[in-house]
Amino acid sequence: MILVVVEAGAAGVSEVSLETVTFARSLGAPVHAVVVGPIPDGAVDQLGTYGVEQVHHAVGDAFSAYGGAVWAAAVQAVHTDAGADAVVGPGTPRGMEVLAHVAARLGVAMAANVVGVAGTGPLRVTRQVLGGAVLEEMELPERPAVLTVAGHAVAAEPGPVVTATVREFTPEVAEADLVARVVSTEAVEELDRSSGLKSARVVVGAGRGAGSANGFDHVSELAELLDGALGVSRVVTSLGWRPHHEQIGQTGSRISPEVYIPCGISGAIQHWAGCASSRTIVAINSDEDAPMVTKATYAVIGDMHEVVPAINAEIRRRRG
Amino acid sequence: MTNVLVCIKRVPDTGGEVELTADGQGVDARHVGFTISAHESCAVELAVRIATDTGGTATVLTVGTQDAVEQLRSALGVGCSAAVLVEADPAGYGPADIAREIAAVAGDYDLVLLGNDAADTGDFQVGIRLAYALGRPVVNGIRTVSVSPDEGTAGVATAQGAGPDGVETWAVPLPAVVTVLEGGVEPRYPTITGRMKAKKAKVEVVAPQAEPHGSGRVRLTLPPAQPSNVEVLGQGPDTAAAVVDLLQKLGVAR
Repeated sequence: MILVVVEAGAAGVSEVSLETVTFARSLGAPVHAVVVGPIPDGAVDQLGTYGVEQVHHAVGDAFSAYGGAVWAAAVQAVHTDAGADAVVGPGTPRGMEVLAHVAARLGVAMAANVVGVAGTGPLRVTRQVLGGAVLEEMELPERPAVLTVAGHAVAAEPGPVVTATVREFTPEVAEADLVARVVSTEAVEELDRSSGLKSARVVVGAGRGAGSANGFDHVSELAELLDGALGVSRVVTSLGWRPHHEQIGQTGSRISPEVYIPCGISGAIQHWAGCASSRTIVAINSDEDAPMVTKATYAVIGDMHEVVPAINAEIRRRRG
Repeated sequence: MTNVLVCIKRVPDTGGEVELTADGQGVDARHVGFTISAHESCAVELAVRIATDTGGTATVLTVGTQDAVEQLRSALGVGCSAAVLVEADPAGYGPADIAREIAAVAGDYDLVLLGNDAADTGDFQVGIRLAYALGRPVVNGIRTVSVSPDEGTAGVATAQGAGPDGVETWAVPLPAVVTVLEGGVEPRYPTITGRMKAKKAKVEVVAPQAEPHGSGRVRLTLPPAQPSNVEVLGQGPDTAAAVVDLLQKLGVAR
């Protein structure tokens, strides 16, 4: 049995989780899922359309607040009960965390950011290292094999449709696993805007080249002039310049606009994973050798702080 | 008084193109320098701040060869007061091996800080394995952490980081392990006196506890390069008209 740790929120099963289920089908059958905390409406049926035969649903007071150890305790309980050949999770921050806990608890290796299977017997996976600039072939001879699937490296595709059954369970949780849990969460502004990002016809992107939290005025204006959305690279959210829901990439949104205009974004694999489906890419970058430029359809070589205001002025001028 | 151990790793400073060694086992770093990850720079800064705020100490540790003393001295230059080198060739060490070696030293410290993931091997697990080896709680991927006193205990670490629904706050009793993501603090630059002190400071060298099990690495490869078909519209702001022409042609600008 291949056990997939699935992340589900108010909006349903996350896209990266569906990608992970898709990948899990290539490892064997049957595929089971484990969900910790509330399951949104329709999620079980949706998992069924991706080939998940059984959903193990962990419920109980222990799961009222997120913690890596307590989430892993639930996953481990399913493995103890049902015996998994592989435990697979999404390559998101929480997916990485929970799976690392699982691997540590079971005393087995974990492969992070897997993008493919390179061989079986013993299992050999290909995974991203150095932020995706290099691929590593890694052997995972132990059982269960524990791994996370790199976000947006595999397309989510429905599988042989089955009717998924649900098994609710309340695992026993040790006191020690409850010590590190989220105490409080300060919500960010509405999450609707990230869904706007995913469906926008035009996305204007900004990366490290923005320079600081104050460097987004011109790109925001360009997005407005084009009735588009603003998206940013991982480093921008890591540095706290912009909120996470604006992030495009492996650990953010995957976009597929008509036109994507990345400004001052070098184009690391992490970012490319989220924007590769764009129809036309017009890159603005001071480095003509940046991967974003070489992969783009069109490019302007120059400082985004000079080029973008000039474009904004030109659009306004033509409108009169 | 919180005694902090902060763990760093010497990694190739691969800004742009990466080359591999002929045997496919590592990154050819002959033409690039070495550094530590941005996550670890922030972890060092947090360690120094906590040591200063609580009247404790900040000790920096790495598992590496003598070459990694360069990175230890950089951390000494920005405020760490002691350094430990677990002398080993990290190429043969998997994340479980590294966690075991850190655990052998970390027992005496109230708080262990690490980067969320190594810049080169990207394993995302050393801090968590370390916590299990020490039997301590772990908070992962945070931006800031501070320590407040707590009657009868070693104190409480309060940490904040970005979660899927907003900024999350965590609080764990010490001793504990915390892994850090860049962005919460601005790492300081070394002062002249800091550099002088770092040069003279003694680095404690310890031998590894056990033979490594290894990382499971078979080989490294470079992703196939895609041919570029980019059409460069021009240089600088003078290109604006051409860009707007294009956007109009693509039907996204009025």
